[in-house]
Amino acid sequence: MSAVLRLLSRRLGISLIVLVGVSMLIFGIARVIPGDPARIALGPNATEEQVANLREALHLNDPVVVQYGYFVADLLQGDLGVSLFTNRPVTLDIAQFLPATLELVLFAGVLMVGIGLPLGMWSARYRGRWPDHLIRVVSLLGVSAPSFVWAVILMLLFAFFLPVFPIAGRITDSFEITRVTGFLLVDTLLARNGAAFADVLWHIFLPAFALAVSGIGQAARLTRANMVETYDRPYVEMAQAYGFSARRIAAKYAFKPSLIPSLTIIGLDFAAMLGNAFLVEAVFAWPGLSRYGVAVILRKDLNAIIGTVLIISATFLIVNLIVDLLIAFLNPRIRHSERGAS
Amino acid sequence: MKRTIIILLRNPLSLLGAVLVAAVVLSAVLADYIAPFPEHRGAVVDFVHFNQGPTARNVMGTDLVGRDLFSRILYAFRISLILGVVVLAIAPPIGTLVGLFAGYLGGRAEFVLMRLTDVFLSIPPLVLAIAMMGVLEPTLMNAMLAVTAMWWPWYARLVYNIARSEREEGYVLAAEVIGASTLHITLREILPNCLPAIITKMTLDMGFVIIIASSLSFLGLGVQPPTPDLGSMVAEGARYLPDSWWLTVFPGLAILIAVFGFNLIGDALREILGADQ
Repeated sequence: MSAVLRLLSRRLGISLIVLVGVSMLIFGIARVIPGDPARIALGPNATEEQVANLREALHLNDPVVVQYGYFVADLLQGDLGVSLFTNRPVTLDIAQFLPATLELVLFAGVLMVGIGLPLGMWSARYRGRWPDHLIRVVSLLGVSAPSFVWAVILMLLFAFFLPVFPIAGRITDSFEITRVTGFLLVDTLLARNGAAFADVLWHIFLPAFALAVSGIGQAARLTRANMVETYDRPYVEMAQAYGFSARRIAAKYAFKPSLIPSLTIIGLDFAAMLGNAFLVEAVFAWPGLSRYGVAVILRKDLNAIIGTVLIISATFLIVNLIVDLLIAFLNPRIRHSERGAS
Repeated sequence: MKRTIIILLRNPLSLLGAVLVAAVVLSAVLADYIAPFPEHRGAVVDFVHFNQGPTARNVMGTDLVGRDLFSRILYAFRISLILGVVVLAIAPPIGTLVGLFAGYLGGRAEFVLMRLTDVFLSIPPLVLAIAMMGVLEPTLMNAMLAVTAMWWPWYARLVYNIARSEREEGYVLAAEVIGASTLHITLREILPNCLPAIITKMTLDMGFVIIIASSLSFLGLGVQPPTPDLGSMVAEGARYLPDSWWLTVFPGLAILIAVFGFNLIGDALREILGADQ
């Protein structure tokens, strides 16, 4: 296991380097913004002197490298600056909006793995027969539309025509839940309020499913493709010749080796969902980071833009780290090899 | 090539894909001749027929200022296809080269190239494009730039993972032993083993590029009105659900049909390319 531990510390270091790179990239992009952020923040009625003072206070008159230095120094103290849009620290804004988005994405991720992988396994096991054809067409349809189209279609079908699910929001207003983590599924459990928990589940299902549809299709397709490939390998034929059951062959010999490429892509799909959350949140009026993000971009709110993208990226880096570790655990070539651990 | 096409047309699903893609491409190319109201691609107002459901005159209804939705969807296909072709001509070659060299060479080259890739991959794709479009002027060119910037790392990572495991294989060691150059090993030995994965990804990516482009314009960060775009049409209509359902359903289905067609063909191509090996 020490190879895996070494891998972990290495990956942590790499993640930090990447995060610095991301901060530079985003800082660079944000500084290209045309227009004077100080002028935009103060509005057209501010005097030249006020604008000049704010420019000075925001270090906008210094060279970009110096500005980046100030930014990193503040960042190390957990300070992302003040949002010109809400007039509050960006960290506070993000802390308020991030949990709703994360909860939605994580729930969608569970749906993606929980539905997508079994569909793919099933499809590969019945390769060439009708369950396979059906699953392939359905999962292909799933990846063939952006999540905002699924959100709109699901909303029309299951919130308007068949009013089974709510149209918008995270929880019915009459429930009063103390905010501890911001994750309502967790907070309602902490409050031991079963009815509220069910209500949150009821609210989150449709948006999360809309967000997960293409991920489910993607996971099913990849798992099937990889398993079909491993089914052609001689060791599977060997296992069949030994008379092992179809279920055992599917799970142990065909699924396990095909899990590694699937996991890599699922890690990337998670990132796609963090981005697609912007679309689904817009349709379902989900009070997450998306509306904040779009609002600050339209208002050229530099601190808030940088902070939002940085936090989303950091979240994704953590998920990626977990995926990499899982792959290391699963892949004996990395687990047991010095060269592979590099 | 001829055989590939025959196999494609024999399978009912890929035949459906070919029909859908042909329909989408033809309506984009021939929009001027097919569209019942070609002038509705621009800023036209018709307050006699505004916000009406499907009728014999307007088979998909009209939008909030009375423009024919069917005509606008035909023109919107044009934008989507142009964007897809340009992005897929630029992004995959860049990513493939980065991934190949990083995966095979290892060491410092791997570190620098893959960290660069990781930086781009660490910003969730749509978020990177959103941030870039928030900064840049929302034009078709800039949308292509933003989508390309988020697209190449996917190929780098894909090829890198294959190349890294291939470099342990016997045939690579054999090539090393007889003194083949790095260029020969990467481009002639390892690259052919990556090609099925790359080609599969490219054929499937045509659909994904259309999806991402429409997502940008859904958020108001892509091609600007009055240029017809499927994403902004859905966004505009979503505020009038469920009463004016045609405003969202038809542009939404148009995206689904176009992308589904490309994906069906991509799928079939992958099977044929895989079988030929």
